[in-house]
Amino acid sequence: MSGSGASGAESASPLAEGSRDFERRHIGPDAEQLAAMLATVGAASLDALIDEAVPARIRTSRPLDLPAPISEHEALAALADRAAKNRVLRSYLGMGYHGTLTPPVIQRNVLENPGWYTAYTPYQAEISQGRLEALLVYQTMVQELTGLEIANASMLDEATAAAEAMNMAFHVGREKLTRFFVDEGCHPQTIAVVRTRAEPIGVEVVVGDPLAFDFSEPVFGALLQYPTTTGHVRDYRALVEAVHAHKGLVIVATDLLALTMLAPPGEWGADVAVGNSQRFGVPLGYGGPHAGFFATLEKHQRKMPGRIIGQSVDADGNPALRMALQTREQHIRRDKATSNICTAQVLLANMAAFYAVWHGPAGLTAIARRVASRAAGLAAALKAAGFEVGAQFFDTVRFQTDDAAGIVDRARAAGFNLRNLGAGSRGSVAIALDETTSPADLVALYAALGLSGAPRDADPAIPEGLVRKSGFLKQAVFHSHRSETAMMRWLHRLETKDLALNTSMIPLGSCTMKLNAAAEMMPVSFPGFSGLHPFVPREQAQGYAQLFAELEGWLAEITGFAAVSLQPNAGSQGEYAGLLTIRRYHHARGETERDVCLIPTSAHGTNPASAVLAGLRVVPVRCDDHGNIDVDDLRAKVEQHGSRVSALMVTYPSTHGVFEEAIREICQLVHSVGGQVYLDGANMNAMVGLCRPGEIGADVCHLNLHKTFAIPHGGGGPGMGPIGVAAHLAPHLPSHPVIETGGDGGAVSAAPWGSPSILVITWAYIAMLGPVGLTNASKMAILNANYIAKRLEGKYDVLYKGAQGRVAHECILDTRPLKTSANIAVDDIAKRLMDYGFHAPTMSFPVAGTLMVEPTESEDQGELDRLCDALLSIRAEIAEVEAGTADPDDNVLKHAPHTAAAVISDGWAHAYSREKAAYPAPWLRVHKYWPTVRRIDNATGDRNLICTCDAWPES
Amino acid sequence: MASNVPDDLLFTSHDEWVRQEKGDIVAVGITDFAQDALGEIVHVEVPEVGDEIEAEAAVCEVESVKAVAELYAPVSGEIVAVNEDLDDEPEAINKNPYGSWIFKVKMSDPDELDNLLDAAAYQQKLEDGD
Repeated sequence: MSGSGASGAESASPLAEGSRDFERRHIGPDAEQLAAMLATVGAASLDALIDEAVPARIRTSRPLDLPAPISEHEALAALADRAAKNRVLRSYLGMGYHGTLTPPVIQRNVLENPGWYTAYTPYQAEISQGRLEALLVYQTMVQELTGLEIANASMLDEATAAAEAMNMAFHVGREKLTRFFVDEGCHPQTIAVVRTRAEPIGVEVVVGDPLAFDFSEPVFGALLQYPTTTGHVRDYRALVEAVHAHKGLVIVATDLLALTMLAPPGEWGADVAVGNSQRFGVPLGYGGPHAGFFATLEKHQRKMPGRIIGQSVDADGNPALRMALQTREQHIRRDKATSNICTAQVLLANMAAFYAVWHGPAGLTAIARRVASRAAGLAAALKAAGFEVGAQFFDTVRFQTDDAAGIVDRARAAGFNLRNLGAGSRGSVAIALDETTSPADLVALYAALGLSGAPRDADPAIPEGLVRKSGFLKQAVFHSHRSETAMMRWLHRLETKDLALNTSMIPLGSCTMKLNAAAEMMPVSFPGFSGLHPFVPREQAQGYAQLFAELEGWLAEITGFAAVSLQPNAGSQGEYAGLLTIRRYHHARGETERDVCLIPTSAHGTNPASAVLAGLRVVPVRCDDHGNIDVDDLRAKVEQHGSRVSALMVTYPSTHGVFEEAIREICQLVHSVGGQVYLDGANMNAMVGLCRPGEIGADVCHLNLHKTFAIPHGGGGPGMGPIGVAAHLAPHLPSHPVIETGGDGGAVSAAPWGSPSILVITWAYIAMLGPVGLTNASKMAILNANYIAKRLEGKYDVLYKGAQGRVAHECILDTRPLKTSANIAVDDIAKRLMDYGFHAPTMSFPVAGTLMVEPTESEDQGELDRLCDALLSIRAEIAEVEAGTADPDDNVLKHAPHTAAAVISDGWAHAYSREKAAYPAPWLRVHKYWPTVRRIDNATGDRNLICTCDAWPES
Repeated sequence: MASNVPDDLLFTSHDEWVRQEKGDIVAVGITDFAQDALGEIVHVEVPEVGDEIEAEAAVCEVESVKAVAELYAPVSGEIVAVNEDLDDEPEAINKNPYGSWIFKVKMSDPDELDNLLDAAAYQQKLEDGD
């Protein structure tokens, strides 16, 4: 590394080197700690350690060529400048995205609050009860509004939710039928994503008018849009029976606000409802992030994709929440998984749920009625002016005109984006009003449209037979937090139930829970970024265009690739997009027989799940005792499958946290038969500035921007999974049906650039660290992991080190021997860590019965020492069980975690003291985090699934 | 912990047990070893009556809190019954693995029973730990 210390200890750097201020704030250890830590691990310098950890043959010879770092305030100014280049008009374009008023109490207390946005996915349920409760509210809201029986805790967006519904219907029908009907009234991006997802799995998509289609020809499912993309509210009851007659599922893409007034799909026979919950208070953000929703019937609950929150009980018999039915997930089912979705959109789902709580059913209905009445008034005015106006709508007015382009232009000049529907002998225009549409907006809009008279409301234009009669959101939570004081306190109560990065480090291996700096987060809320509809004309989004171009260039430089697609919304989607890009490349060369995907047995389960969705056959490749790919076995498989090899998926550094020496040879082997190498970039935090996927032989890799590049985990989403590709694959990157981008690949997300408003976080992260700072971050991440491995040496076995005895940026602690010596399982240790105020490391991945620790560069020595002290103290507690001085069943580990209620209870009857239970380490006297429930019984909840807050005690 | 392996049953190498009933019908479940390895069972995805199955092919799934295990057909034939009681009480398999049959098959080729393990052979397999 250049310079004298990881923290950039030089006091005065020349101007050309830029500002190292942020680097000092982002990287935990300072120069003094660095020296002490190097002494502990026995390395002469940080560079000497890196030389031992990262094999010379994979190191890059070319330092990062990126702009010099800028300070936090310079970055804020630079992003404000880009935001100012975006023009925020009133966008009445609809298509699943609508203007919304984010309640300030939610913006400030949730979206902009690290207690919510820095939390991890709630796998450790006992320290996640707050956001689990919020997600239960979200599920209840979706289930109530759609009229279905069970909802999940969010999808990536509406289009992928629809594609997942198609997939589920395909499996429910046991893949006997292969034809799937799609309403031509669906949003174009939904149709595009469904087509993308259908082709590789052998599903034929038929697009048509559902009311004219002959359903006597069986389909395994029919996707309808309600209201349609042009706003038409249609009655589909007649065709539900026809689809059901052949056991097909009826899937309805819909709008939650409209459903406050429309008969919900569940009441007229739908089997699945999907959509976007964005208009419930989540900023447009030029396309995301937003939470897609998915609801279905109970009989399909085990085939439903995504995460589901369910109620169970804790060890004291008190109600407690956790993720239910987890065996549906890819880490268990691998290539048999029916979906590859991992990440949800927790932060955004929670915002939508809070919006529903804030307004309650009456408030939501009032918003809907206001929008619908104004739309009806607009329709009447258009009709009076002689336009032919479509009947039966909620908030979107469509009318015919010979001058669609002229009308749209004049409206734009007046500050409105309207949708030019173009098609047909005569043109037509659609105008989707929303919650933000004010009387003044209407006056200006009427003027732009040349309508006479003042805007008036009219009776909503919902057909009588489709008016909602049933009540909804009757649960207490939707009626309890009306004043801002009450709301603020409720949100705070939920927040403080959870352990996030603002409490202590979250050492999750493979998840990279690094700092999400305030300066990176603030621009997300700049109106120039948050207020843009994804389908505005590109000249209105020039600030974003500049930001995307810069970011794509930087990510290409970091990965060593020629091109980048920012479309994939999650790591799993990046995998899928990457494999599809490879598939298109092979097909373009006429090599359509390539259907084999080689995947090491150590790979994360999402890899095989993605491969199957991309139409590939998974062939596992063995790993040796060190977790490395068995090169001989790979050679045999490559020879055996030869010209049928499509791709190898490899994680680098390996899932075992080791830089495999043989990676170049592995890539060459696959290339030798014409296969492509997909590199899973989950562990990129060990590579930035040290080596490049493109240089070691990979053809594609995805980047988890929510791991390596500082986007927060949001308590379980959002994420971003852009892919980088070599030049020969660039022509086949994902495209988009509405806004031209990418290559000839199909769309994988609803929005052209995934979730743009959070890309500003990654932009700021790279801009503020600069080339040296980014490289130093990688180096410090590696030192921090090696420091932990060294401090725990002798007390825990560290599995899988590199050739020179070093780990990469994470280390695996083998706790399996403790099962034999003391009957202590890895869960017991994880739960006991909660009593010490820590989130457990990753459990049982990639090796069952182990803990994988990834500290990241952001944690300083003091925090690393606290974690190590906790783990060592727990090891001593286990030693007491081994020695027989602690009871084998009644000990602090078996009963962890301990709540305040349990410890203070008059009925304490354990063989150990209350003090030992709750205050086992000195720092707890300064700050004690209390889990709010005891250990949760997963089996009870999975046998009897409860996924709404009907039976949940009010908090 | 030694597993219970009843003498009067046949076994597969994938830890299913097979009990001969009347005629060509056999009942199939999972062994004590299998239920112990899976842990708390929360759901059984039974096949449909009338399904034709082939020996060695996957038939249905048993789901625990942590894992999913596929059941492989010990013999070929037609599914003639499924144990619907397991819908309400999947944990019955944990409590009484040999009393909790999952499905019954009318065998198309009873000679396939010869391919199965007897109690001693299955016990040996468990001891060999593979």
